Amino acid sequence: MNIAAIFDHPLGRLEWSSLPFWQMFQHPTEGNIINGCIATGAASLVVIGAIVLAVLLTKYRLWRPLWSDWMTSTDHKKIGIMYIVIALVMLARALIEAVLMRGQQAFGLGGGFLSPEHFAQLFSTHGTIMIFFMAMPFLTGVINYVMPMQIGARDVSFPVLNSISLGLTAAGATLVMVSLVLGRFSTGGWFGYPPYTELNFSPGVGPDYWIWALSLAGLGSTLTGINVAVTIYKERAPGMKLMRMPLFTWTALCTAIIMIFAMPPLTVATAQLALDRYLDFHFFTNELGGNMMNFTNLFWLFGHPEVYILILPAFGVYSETIATFSGKALFGYRSLVIATMAIAILSFTVWLHHFFTMGQSANINAAFGIASMLIGIPTGVKIYDWMWTMFRGRVRFTVPMVYALGFILLFVLGGMSGILLANPSIDYQVHNTVFLVAHFHNVAVPGVLFGMLSAYHFWFPKAFGFRLNERWGMISALCWIFGFMGAFFPLYALGIMGLPRRTVAYTEARYVPLEWVAFLGALLLFAALLALLWQLWISIRDRDANRMFVGDPWAGRTLEWANSAPPPEYNFAVIPVIEGRDAFTAAKENGRAYLQPDTYVDIELPKNSVMGPAIAAIGFVLAFGLVWHIWWLVVLAFLAAIASMIIHGFARDTTRIVSAQEVRREHHRWVDAVARAAAISRADECKSVNVGLALQATDGVVP
Amino acid sequence: MALGRWVAACVTLLMLSACAGSTHLSFLDPQGPVADAQRWHFYWVLGIMAVLVAGPIFLLLPFFAWRYRYGNKAPRYTPRWEYSRLLEIMSWGGPIVIVIVLAFFVWRDTHRLDPYKPLASDQAPLQVEVIGYDWKWLFIYPDQGIASIGTLALPTRRPVSLHMTSATVMQSFFIPALGSQIYAMGGMVSQLNLQASKPGKSLGENTMYNGDGFHQQKFTALAMSPADFKAWVGKVRATGIPLDAQSLEIIAQRNTRSDLIAALPRARSMDGDVYFTGVSKALFPAVVMATMDGKPTLPDAAFDHTGTAVRDTEHAGHATTGQAR
Repeated sequence: MNIAAIFDHPLGRLEWSSLPFWQMFQHPTEGNIINGCIATGAASLVVIGAIVLAVLLTKYRLWRPLWSDWMTSTDHKKIGIMYIVIALVMLARALIEAVLMRGQQAFGLGGGFLSPEHFAQLFSTHGTIMIFFMAMPFLTGVINYVMPMQIGARDVSFPVLNSISLGLTAAGATLVMVSLVLGRFSTGGWFGYPPYTELNFSPGVGPDYWIWALSLAGLGSTLTGINVAVTIYKERAPGMKLMRMPLFTWTALCTAIIMIFAMPPLTVATAQLALDRYLDFHFFTNELGGNMMNFTNLFWLFGHPEVYILILPAFGVYSETIATFSGKALFGYRSLVIATMAIAILSFTVWLHHFFTMGQSANINAAFGIASMLIGIPTGVKIYDWMWTMFRGRVRFTVPMVYALGFILLFVLGGMSGILLANPSIDYQVHNTVFLVAHFHNVAVPGVLFGMLSAYHFWFPKAFGFRLNERWGMISALCWIFGFMGAFFPLYALGIMGLPRRTVAYTEARYVPLEWVAFLGALLLFAALLALLWQLWISIRDRDANRMFVGDPWAGRTLEWANSAPPPEYNFAVIPVIEGRDAFTAAKENGRAYLQPDTYVDIELPKNSVMGPAIAAIGFVLAFGLVWHIWWLVVLAFLAAIASMIIHGFARDTTRIVSAQEVRREHHRWVDAVARAAAISRADECKSVNVGLALQATDGVVP
Repeated sequence: MALGRWVAACVTLLMLSACAGSTHLSFLDPQGPVADAQRWHFYWVLGIMAVLVAGPIFLLLPFFAWRYRYGNKAPRYTPRWEYSRLLEIMSWGGPIVIVIVLAFFVWRDTHRLDPYKPLASDQAPLQVEVIGYDWKWLFIYPDQGIASIGTLALPTRRPVSLHMTSATVMQSFFIPALGSQIYAMGGMVSQLNLQASKPGKSLGENTMYNGDGFHQQKFTALAMSPADFKAWVGKVRATGIPLDAQSLEIIAQRNTRSDLIAALPRARSMDGDVYFTGVSKALFPAVVMATMDGKPTLPDAAFDHTGTAVRDTEHAGHATTGQAR
């Protein structure tokens, strides 16, 4: 490329034909019009959504609070909430895509309504979004919100870095959303195997969108992993020994460790693919010594541990909700910790089971097959320990608990199909079919998604000070559970009947009935999402009837319940001293839960920082320039990134003080509210008398 | 158990639909010894897990949830009880024993059903070379000097030894009712051994997404008696067109089988298939080498228009051409 070329094409590869409706107008065939309308509709949703949001923010004068209270905030709680907002927005998009795909396949005998390329973009964005921009932000958000409070900390170790991680994730998510409006996303699936994603087979911008969206998200996750691990190692309250940490914190630690080690292979693999595509390297091409098997190995060296990055925090959530809603200490704490750590380590030893069919020897396949099955051991232990937790407890069927129960039963089936797939000689038969799709959704939906939704219902009252509507929560949960069964159980059978994954259409009439069952299941899942959004709406509407400022609506066991709801920005007026597990339950039993300290001290908190939004903007512009070959923009963004880091290096005044008087005032307001509150029994947990003060359990007596 | 029900429903559906004339779709409706063994392996593993894994959990969890529900005041309530050595040993021991049992099946059947392992038989295997193109498979019968797109004809009760490569992106070659799937990759040769037990049609496909025509990359695995196979070879020789540089260039383009037939004017297509004669043994290794060199065209030496076998040593050296193993 020479300088003149840059001036000849100031917008790089951007052209009118990059717009989603262009082809429809140029070549108005029936298929082009249908696909053009769907693509344009989706693009309009993005654009109109952005415009409506901007208008509303302006009308209600919310730009300033958005900037100073949220975007530049370094408070781990606010960052956590923003992560979850991103996750819910992206969940909505990716779920609509899923319904479209199931609809296409229901009508797919001999055709359907979507073009093959449109369908391929749908499965590629669906997978990419659900993993990198739904599940990852959701769990990162929950960890961010809950973990520091569970260990009795005021914030994470690196608050600005936390904000930057969020910014990188948001930039990646924005890039994926922009791909709806400008150009086309990759058709190479969420794992983008070369050589299909190489330049000679996919010359467009699609794989570049995929590469840079993943690079941004992957970098954000690596930094999050470091931040979470360091926070857990260094910021624990006095007495919070490792073996006293709540199980959710343990899973957060294990997930963070996996993030640190598993994200780099992804970054390397996508960077090598980028070198192939941009600078004519030949890492993964057919020719000139390239070898796509190297990508396959690198990708799954990330991809399999990634599965446990996703599932471990969900396991942590279930450990908290099952113990809380069984009114009982978690059974087998030590076993659960060992099992979590075992899974974290074993997760790095099984990646080859993603390609048993690549031609390795039977010895290698058998070894990796058995290694994969070994993960079933700690997972089985966890399921049994959760069941023993319910044994001789008092189980309340609240929304988080219904998700947990649905999870256990469905996850067992997902685990069983996983063991089937871990048999190479069975994998040879069902690999790359929709049986595989059914399997990983069977662990990802009841495992990860239900876990995150369980967490959302469990900790929402803590974050916002009022409980979510129980009835609509239950409707939504049941729709998720039965919708999942309807959408994915048929795929097991279809996979066994030889239907490959990613098939836009088929000619085999025997597939049709089960495809329709799956489509109806997908519609039920969509209803579940609508119920979830409706629940949020009416819960906000009725918030005054469901407030629980005292902060302990579920008779919680761990420290995040030992403050008001919402908590003060410094989390605890006085850092608690921990003497055992289930620190808050112990404090309540000893009558030390709601005390006023003799003295208060000034509290030092991190100041707001523009680094997060700045890096988000720079990261997005850099990636956008790279996707569209707008080189001057790339150079500018790159320089801006370096400049922002240098400028940030000069920032010396990075903390601010909350005065002792202020802390005293806020703490007294809370303790007074506790004194006025009536403690309730668990029978009234979902009524408006629940202001967040719980009667205590004693042996033989059920509160 | 719900999974078991689904599988049972699926088996029923397959049995119902396995009427004469229809295509065999699944290894649960096996047409050869490999798929048959895989079926039994599947049933064994599923059965063991249904009884030992799903059974206890599906019984205990609903029972616990019901018996220890909040409204039931009768049973014991032990809010601080959190450890029992016996239950811990059971919780760890159960899964460990199950995995040991299953590991036995994994080790035995992974070796027994290794796709690269030649099938035991008193007959020499039929050699077939498979080249994956976008979006069709080319089947070369090097010993017969013929090739086919659309149908993979197999004599029953005789092992078939397949060597496969891709002239384009990664693909996965799969005939579910006969046996395993294996990736075909550019510049590399992978192997698969199959055998058909009885005459019939089975679904053949690519399961690795490779672009717009992916869903049309199907073929029929047509098992027939040895006599019928001989007749089929004769028919291909009689009706096929030469597989020359020009034909191969059209095949190498990204098109579906129906587009290909339209683009090959000389091809007399039977049932949507295309047949070729005069195929040299040197063609397959030449395609492997050319893909590795990034060259779209092949040297003339790779083609043999007369139909006489070209003597070459390259063909014997499958395993040396950039093999995964």
